[in-house]
Amino acid sequence: MRKAGIGAIDKKRLMEARLKDHGEEIAAEQLKQLSTSLETFRVKLQEFAMKHKNEIRKDPEFRRQFQEMCASIGVDPLASSKGFWSDMLGIGDFYYELGVQIVEICMANNHKNGGIMPLEELFHRLVKSKGSTASQGLATDDVLRAIEKLKILGNGFSIIQLDRGRILIQSVPGELSLDQNQVIKAAQQNASITLLELKVKLGWQEDRSRKILNDMVAGGLAWIDTQTGASNSDILYWFPSLFNANINTL
Amino acid sequence: MIWVDDNDQSCSMRLHLSLVVLIEEQRHGAGNSPKIMLHLAPPRPSAISVQVSSASHLKFSFRKGGMVEFSRRLTDQIARKRWQNFGGPQNSAGQSGFRIGIAGIERKLQTEQKGVNQQISHAFEDLNSLMKAAKDTVALSKILVTKVKNRQGEITDDETTQLKSYLLSLGVDDPVTREASRSDNIYFQKLAKEISANLTIPLKESGGLMTLTDVYCRVNRARGLELVSPEDVLRACRLMKAMRLPTELKIFESGVIALELRDFSETVVIKKTQEALEVSPLTADMLAKTLGVSVILAKEMLLLAEKQGVACRDESIEGLKFYPNRFLST
Repeated sequence: MRKAGIGAIDKKRLMEARLKDHGEEIAAEQLKQLSTSLETFRVKLQEFAMKHKNEIRKDPEFRRQFQEMCASIGVDPLASSKGFWSDMLGIGDFYYELGVQIVEICMANNHKNGGIMPLEELFHRLVKSKGSTASQGLATDDVLRAIEKLKILGNGFSIIQLDRGRILIQSVPGELSLDQNQVIKAAQQNASITLLELKVKLGWQEDRSRKILNDMVAGGLAWIDTQTGASNSDILYWFPSLFNANINTL
Repeated sequence: MIWVDDNDQSCSMRLHLSLVVLIEEQRHGAGNSPKIMLHLAPPRPSAISVQVSSASHLKFSFRKGGMVEFSRRLTDQIARKRWQNFGGPQNSAGQSGFRIGIAGIERKLQTEQKGVNQQISHAFEDLNSLMKAAKDTVALSKILVTKVKNRQGEITDDETTQLKSYLLSLGVDDPVTREASRSDNIYFQKLAKEISANLTIPLKESGGLMTLTDVYCRVNRARGLELVSPEDVLRACRLMKAMRLPTELKIFESGVIALELRDFSETVVIKKTQEALEVSPLTADMLAKTLGVSVILAKEMLLLAEKQGVACRDESIEGLKFYPNRFLST
């Protein structure tokens, strides 16, 4: 039962103040606990780094495992170059350098493919530019992780998933529309497509197909080939980003 | 495992994985590319008429890398023995036990392989215990973060700052750390100064604007070692304005982020674009070449000019082209 009057109010105030004091104590206690816990962790990480630094640099499987575990506990070892992980394991440099090389390769090829490149081609070009010894332990998983990191620099990079595990890397701003995505998927097999094929495969009206394809030509994603036939529905639209030949002629 | 001829898709070879007795990795020596050697059991007679090789081993050479990944996948597949579920050819070699001679060598190789595997599993064990330690620390830090969010006066500013720096070095992704634009962080201030000092001249040369992706590449190329992460670059650039450095961050409507010179204003951009347009109508590509900026930025400049009524667009299959706006100039 609560009593009325000034005495009761005073009592309540006192109680609140005490609770607050207590809360502060707990928070300070926890912060202290965190800092000791952090210190033990740092020592552990140091030990780990001394023993396994090379493995993490050389073995892509080990690296993948490491990244997955970090993700599962809600930690991003690549977030800051100043963090423990980068500092002691040197894992940051590996990915950041990869990022720089990815940007350079994509920029150098933008005029050819309109800013879209298959992951395999990017990977091959990376291996070529790094040299065979330096790229011995490189996996496509690493490339994708490095690209994920680049995204925050202003919607420049995105990853496009195609059927059968094929992946395209887009290195220019502006996401592909849903329709454009479908066109690329439909054109995957031959790296090219006609209005007629789009009608068969996606059931699109000619107007819709032509609009999408012309947009893609204007954006540099597709090339027109009129030599195959006289009628409009025979015009071939080629997608340089899907050329397998790009890889073989490297 | 199936090989297909690049030029003639109908020509192919296959190897049933059940025939693989042992995988042996040969690390690269001087001038040698790394190789994987597969020791094979003799093939069983096949019902289908195909040509069968009687070779007892097979070598893969990796001139351009990728060996480690290939080897991992292959070992993985062989360990799973999926063919047993399909009633395919059974591996009889494994049951017959070891003989002397070549089999003896194989056995020796196998024990060696075991040693290597053990070493790797040790590493994974260590990784596991490391992650356990990290997990506890992260959990504790998250409890504190919720406290900060609720902010019932329980935590002082000093403590918040301390917590933020803990979270940062641990790499915990949290809004609290991300919005830590408080200028008390010396590291980012230093980085901001470094970026600004290194890029002022290149920025002047490239017309006063540069995408942040370019900035990231240039900063890291200049450093060579101890590279900085994309997040750090972005964070440092955010601080520039408050620090009154000669460069600062600019975010375009399209989401493109760039670094620009402080004394570089929009009117200058528009005037430059206008002058270039008077010479000839331009696409983003062409403007990029004329002014020496990246194509992405050239497009932003043209859109800006259009918005101010200086340029007119011509949208066709040949791409987006801009003309000077004659409607307003008369």
